[in-house]
Amino acid sequence: MFIVELNDLQGLLTALQAGGFTVIGPTVKDGAITFDTLSSIEELPRGWSDVQEAGSYGIRHSEDDTLFSYNVGPHSWKKFLFPARLRLFSARKAGKAFEVDPVSPSAPPKYAFLGVRSCELAAIAIQDKIFMSGPYADKHYTALRKSACIIAVNCVHVGGTCFCASMGTGPRAKDGYDLVLTEIRTDDRHYFVAQMGSPLGKGLLQQVTHREADQKEREQVEKALKAAHDRMGRSLDTHNLPRLLEDNFESPRWEDVAKRCLSCANCTMVCPTCFCSTVEDVTDLSGEHAERWRRWDSCFTTDFTKVAGGNIRMSTRTRYRQWLTHKLCNWVEQFGTYGCVGCGRCITWCPVGIDITAEAAAIRETSMTTTNG
Amino acid sequence: MEKEDLSEIMRQHPFLAGLSFEHMQTLIGCATNVRFADNATIIQEGQIANKFYLIRSGRIALQMDVPGKESLRIQTVGPGEILGWSWLISPYRWHFSAIAVLDTRAIALDGECLRNKCEKECSFGYEMLRRLSQVMERRLEATRLQLIDLYDLTTSGAKR
Amino acid sequence: MMRKSQALEANALDPMTTHPVMIRKIIWENDDTFTLTLDMSGFAGGFRFLPGQFNMVYVYGVGEAAVSISSDPARPGTLDHTIHRVGLVTTSLAQKKRGDMIGIRGPFGSSWSIDVARGKDICIASGGIGLAPLRPVIYSLLKKREDFGRIIVLYGGRSPLDLLYRVELEKWASDANVEVLVTVDRGDSSWKGHIGVVTSLFQYIKLDARETVAYVCGPEIMMKYTIDELDRRGVPQSQTYLSMERNMKCAVGFCGHCQFGPTFICKEGPVYPLPRVRHLLDRKEL
Repeated sequence: MFIVELNDLQGLLTALQAGGFTVIGPTVKDGAITFDTLSSIEELPRGWSDVQEAGSYGIRHSEDDTLFSYNVGPHSWKKFLFPARLRLFSARKAGKAFEVDPVSPSAPPKYAFLGVRSCELAAIAIQDKIFMSGPYADKHYTALRKSACIIAVNCVHVGGTCFCASMGTGPRAKDGYDLVLTEIRTDDRHYFVAQMGSPLGKGLLQQVTHREADQKEREQVEKALKAAHDRMGRSLDTHNLPRLLEDNFESPRWEDVAKRCLSCANCTMVCPTCFCSTVEDVTDLSGEHAERWRRWDSCFTTDFTKVAGGNIRMSTRTRYRQWLTHKLCNWVEQFGTYGCVGCGRCITWCPVGIDITAEAAAIRETSMTTTNG
Repeated sequence: MEKEDLSEIMRQHPFLAGLSFEHMQTLIGCATNVRFADNATIIQEGQIANKFYLIRSGRIALQMDVPGKESLRIQTVGPGEILGWSWLISPYRWHFSAIAVLDTRAIALDGECLRNKCEKECSFGYEMLRRLSQVMERRLEATRLQLIDLYDLTTSGAKR
Repeated sequence: MMRKSQALEANALDPMTTHPVMIRKIIWENDDTFTLTLDMSGFAGGFRFLPGQFNMVYVYGVGEAAVSISSDPARPGTLDHTIHRVGLVTTSLAQKKRGDMIGIRGPFGSSWSIDVARGKDICIASGGIGLAPLRPVIYSLLKKREDFGRIIVLYGGRSPLDLLYRVELEKWASDANVEVLVTVDRGDSSWKGHIGVVTSLFQYIKLDARETVAYVCGPEIMMKYTIDELDRRGVPQSQTYLSMERNMKCAVGFCGHCQFGPTFICKEGPVYPLPRVRHLLDRKEL
C-alpha cells in the first residue's frame, strides 16, 4: 500500500492524460452525481454526498471536503463500454443491390475510469463474460474494454440501497482494477491509500508522488472498510437463492409486485449488468442510405418477446419475474455468477420504490409459509 | 359371414382388446360386417343414430354441414378406430355426417340392440362406457387442439 | 455447451455484418408462405451450414428476421428459406422479386444431431412451417438412406392448401422409402387424406419406440402434445429433439431477447435434446 496525499492526486489525472486516456469520473450534474469527462480533480464532487432510498435520490453539500463520499448514481460505466446507441453498419443502394460498410472500432477512445466502485468492478467483470468470453465476442465492447484503464475507489461510506456485502462484491475492491484508492479523512489529514492491480497501475503510480504506507495507515483502511461492510443499507439472503426462485415460478408475489411495477424499464437502464439490446434499421428519405443501430432494450418492453403468432411474456407479472429470476437465478447457470452486484440502483431509481431485496425476501417468506403451512 | 369369423375380426380390433369372452358373445349378437365404397355417405346429420362402427380399414371423414358454406370436414377416422357414440346418448340422433373417403370395411353394431344389452347387463354396459369414454377423451383433447388453430401465425388470429 | 458455429467460421463471416445475396427463385408454397432460393455462389465453396441452423435475413433499410434454412446442406451453392408472411420484415421479403438483393448473416445455432440416429428408426413430427427446418435433415438422411431404419414423416397443416412441399412429400414417399403421413385441421370434399391433429397420426404407425429417434418442430403447443404422445409410446426423451423459437435480434447471445429460462435459443438452440428443455416447456410465459 502506498500513500498519495490529496494535493498529489492531480498528478494521477495528469499521468492518465499523458498516457492518452480520456478520463471519465464522477461529477455533479443535473442534481445527481454522474459520470463525465474530467480534466482536473477539481471537477470531482468535492464535499458532495448522496442520500438514497427506495424510489428516491438526492445529493447534498456539506463542509466535509472529501472527494468520494457518495455512492453510485444513475450512470454506470456500461454507458461507455456498451453505449446506449451504436451504429452497427451503414449501407447504400447500388442499383438493385446494396453495399454494406461495417462500422469497425478502428480508433476507439481510450478510457480511464476514475472512481469505479467494487460493485461496478463486479458489473464490468460480468459484462466481460457476456460480450467477450462466449463463442462470439462483441468487437465494439472488446475494443473499448481492452484499452480501458480502471482506477477503483474503495467504498468507505455505504448508501441506503447498497447490498454489495450480500452479493460478495464489496465494499472492498478485490480485483479487476489497475489501481485502487481508499480515501482517508481524519481531523488533521486527507490522503489516499493506493494499491496496484496491474503493470499499468504500477506505471501510473510511479508518475505520482507517493510513499509506502505505514502500519497505522494500513490499519486505517481495514477499519474504514470493515465499518462500511457493517453499515450496509440493505441485505439479500442468497442462501439457495436460484433454487428458491426456481421453485417459486408461480409465486403469488409476482402478481403483488406487478400491481406496483410500472414496467417503465428504469431498473434495467440503470443496472450496470443488464445487457439487452435491440436493433433499429433506418433509411434516409431518398432510400439511398440505410443504417442499422443497436440500442439498449429492456425485458420490460411490450414487444421484447414478440414472435410470429403472439407475444411470450404478456403481463407485467411475467416481465418482472423474468427480470428478477434472470438476475438471481438463470444468470448463475448462464454465466456462473449472479446478474446482480448489489449496487442498489434499481431500488433507488424505481419510481415506485420496488426493492429487489424485499421482493426476494418476500418470495422466501411466502415459500416458507406454503411449505410449512 | 359366420359369427365365428366375426368374433375373430372383432377380437383383433383395438377398441375391444381384452374384452371378456362373455362380453364378446353379448356384442356379437348385435354385429354385422359392412363395407362402404369411396364417397358413400355412412351417417347423415340429424338422422336417428342406430349404429356404432368398428373400423377395420379405409378412412371416414366426419363432416359438419354449415348452411351457406361448403361442408367442413373436421376429422377422419381410420383402421382401429370407432365411429359414432350418439346411439348411446339421448336423443339418439347424429350430430354430424360421415362419408367414406376411401373404400372402407367395418363392423357395424346395432345401437338399439347394444343399448338394451347395456341396460340389462350392467358389467357389459360399464365396459362399453369405459372404453368409449377413453375414446371421447382423446377426441375432445384433439378437438381442443384444433380449436387453438395453432398454425395461424397472426397475433390476433382474426386474419382469416 | 454452446460453441461458435463452425459453419460460420467456414464461411469466414463477421457474425454481425449482413452479406448481400441475390434472390434466384421465389416459390409460393401457399397464400402466406414462400420459399426464397438465394444464390450463394459469391461464397467460396458455397454457404456451409448444418440441418436445423438459421440465418438472419435482412431487407435493406427495413430490418432482419431469423429464418431457418430449408435447403440441402450438400448443395451449398444455393440456400432456401421458407418464410411465412406475418411481420414487417417478412412482408417486405414477400414483395421481393427474382434478381433482388437481400442480406444474410449466419448460420447460427445448433443442429439436428443425425449421428445419434444411425442404425435407428427416425420419426419426424412437424406442424405448419415447422417442416421447413426439418427439410435439410430429410435431405441429409436420404443421402445415406441405408444407414437408417424406417424414416417416418408426420406432418400437420391447417388445410390442404396450406401444406408445404407437397410434391416433395409425395416423392419421398414413393421414391425413398419414407413413410409420409399428412394430416390437416380442416379438410374439404377433395381431400382424401387424414383430418385431425398431428398427434392423431401416431396411431397409424407402429413405432419400435426404444429404437426410434424423434425430431419435432412446429408451434410450441403442437410440440408439447407431440412430446407427450412420443412419451406415451415409449420413445426415450434422450432420443427426442425439438426446435424452439423466440424473438431474436443479434443471433449470437448478446441481445437477450431469445432467453428461454437459463438458455439462449440463438446459442444453445434452436435444436435441443428434449431433457434439456422438458421442464421449461410447462412454464407459462417463461
